Amino acid sequence: MFTVPEFSTLQATISRATEADVLRALSSDHPGLDGLAALLSPAAEPHLAAMAKRSGIITNQRFGRTIQVYAPLYLSSFCANRCAYCGFSADNTIDRRVLTFDEAENEAMILHQRGFSHLLLVSGEAPAKLGVDYLEKLALRLRDRFAALSIEVQPLSIEEYARLFRAGITSVAVYQETYDRDMYNQVHLGGPKADFDYRLESPARVAAAGMREVGIGALLGLSDWRAEGLALGLHLAWLRKHYWRTGLTVSFPRMRPAQGEFKPLQPVSERNLSQMIFALRMFDPDVGLYLSTREEARYRDGMIGLGPTRYSAGSCTAPGGYGQEDAGAKQFEIGDNRSLDEVSLAIRKKGFDPVRKDWDAVFQVQGDRQQAA
Amino acid sequence: MLTIAGRKFRSRLFGGTGKFSSPEVMKEALEASGCEMVTVALRRIDLNNPADDIMRVLDRDRYLFLPNTSGARDAAEAIRLARLARASGGGEWLKLEVTPDPRTLLPDPIETLKATEELVKEGFKVLPYMNADPILALRLQDAGAVAVMPLGSPIGTNQGVLTRFQVEIIISQAQVPVIVDAGLGAPSHVAEAMEMGADAVLVNTAIAVAGDPVRMARAFAMAVEAGRIAYESGLGAVSKDAAASSPEDGLGFLR
Amino acid sequence: MKVFCNGEAQDIASGSRVVDCLNKLGLDPLSVVVECDGKILTREEYASHELQDGSVLELIRFVGGG
Repeated sequence: MFTVPEFSTLQATISRATEADVLRALSSDHPGLDGLAALLSPAAEPHLAAMAKRSGIITNQRFGRTIQVYAPLYLSSFCANRCAYCGFSADNTIDRRVLTFDEAENEAMILHQRGFSHLLLVSGEAPAKLGVDYLEKLALRLRDRFAALSIEVQPLSIEEYARLFRAGITSVAVYQETYDRDMYNQVHLGGPKADFDYRLESPARVAAAGMREVGIGALLGLSDWRAEGLALGLHLAWLRKHYWRTGLTVSFPRMRPAQGEFKPLQPVSERNLSQMIFALRMFDPDVGLYLSTREEARYRDGMIGLGPTRYSAGSCTAPGGYGQEDAGAKQFEIGDNRSLDEVSLAIRKKGFDPVRKDWDAVFQVQGDRQQAA
Repeated sequence: MLTIAGRKFRSRLFGGTGKFSSPEVMKEALEASGCEMVTVALRRIDLNNPADDIMRVLDRDRYLFLPNTSGARDAAEAIRLARLARASGGGEWLKLEVTPDPRTLLPDPIETLKATEELVKEGFKVLPYMNADPILALRLQDAGAVAVMPLGSPIGTNQGVLTRFQVEIIISQAQVPVIVDAGLGAPSHVAEAMEMGADAVLVNTAIAVAGDPVRMARAFAMAVEAGRIAYESGLGAVSKDAAASSPEDGLGFLR
Repeated sequence: MKVFCNGEAQDIASGSRVVDCLNKLGLDPLSVVVECDGKILTREEYASHELQDGSVLELIRFVGGG
């Protein structure tokens, strides 16, 4: 079972790092957790450019000059959880919506026409409105038209993940939001998500169920981003050891002060975010790194080639939002509003290949494909 | 301290008992090495020479015996040897060696995995000798091996850790101790293996055929210690061209 | 009767046990592993296991090895 040390212990480790530790980590092929702590520390800040260069070299070696593009598809804004930071919190009075199968398929086909082949299906936690049956059925419907289907929904059991894998879901994102237990308890006011440990154990269940990939992440701004980075490193190392067959990714959703009513308790600047990304790239050369449309176009373009490997584009975080202009409540505000074509152009301008399709379901034995949709 | 299958070892050097000029030299050399576990092989007794028995000189209270299955060419032969070893009172510890090619003595990965799976079921503590294949190491661990023994270079070649790159990967992914075995020809080789993070090394030929095996055993023991201390103390950085050419090169887009 | 030890024929008295054969060959039972007709014997069985005419014995011991 993965456990995370006391947040204060992580912070102490980071604050002990010296410039010598940073330089050693920068020069090492295997910086390890000590190296990661040093790279996340304030002592590393004067070396940001060197970190960028090293991160870029490693990313280039492992991933080539490519960025994988995908789109999120929000299926439902119903949610039983009361998370202080989220637009869909049960405490918020908003118009909630869950897409019917036909509506979901419609949204998916709009994305398909725009050129997307990788889809991330997102929903709030409300099993009565949208449960595993729904996801299974939708996956079976969509799997032949999309190269890869991922989900970002509430934590599920191993059996449920295995069911969804057989139906065509290949990867699961489940972010801890914060590895700071005290902060976690403060911002998760009610609902099943209030269980810190169950959520923490979820990536392992995803891997155990046979999913090809699991995504972890922290919502930057809730607590000390440096310690979140170290916790993510610990989580990655643990998952690599115990589930060596499973691909890993990390996402960096960053709360922006201007967005929404919830002010980030510990604001994270672009420099901080970059430092975190570079540090994790150096720590784990093979991990996929996501940069979502929360970030501005200027920033996302600047980071191409320096570490991130997966970009969403043309995103809408309101269920039904691709098909209609004013679809209702969004989960968060978008920083980069460009379409897939525009983002692809920007990626190409930097000399990189925007990869729309990086897999094919036909390669994968996923059980009875005759199952009725 | 090194722990393998729940048993602690003070010394990270394991010894082999083959190729020595005499049992007496072997005894002295192993003592000089400070090792606590030695490999032994199983063979038909030479009935013309019934008293020729190395067990006369090896104190079973001092050394943990690690019978090997040398000579086995496939899983079935290895399993048979393993059972014979256990029947001799050799305990459940076993160095699994499946080497169908008598020229290179390289281990057969498929038969090794098969035998490991079966022997683990029969309650053996299996330490498989393997080529330095990281995926094979993971598969053997998944099967229940209590350690993995990747080769540095083929048995007896004394070429050192030619498999360095793969061994590093094995070490980084390992959930059980990694014992680099075979081909370690000089103390510098074992120091290198230990600096990489290996948990232990096994040396036989280089000590047994040295001009002075007793002194050579001592040299190997010191090298294992030196390498391990260096690893634990955090080796210095190997310089890489990581410095930016100007302070904020390439980060002008940041706000 | 005749038994085969490591491939060689040996004459021993009828009714002999394994331990008798070992003694005849000058082998210390404590240092020997015995496989009789394909079956590995425990040390305790050396004194009780009766040999038949034509029994095939593999007598094995630990030797030096890497």
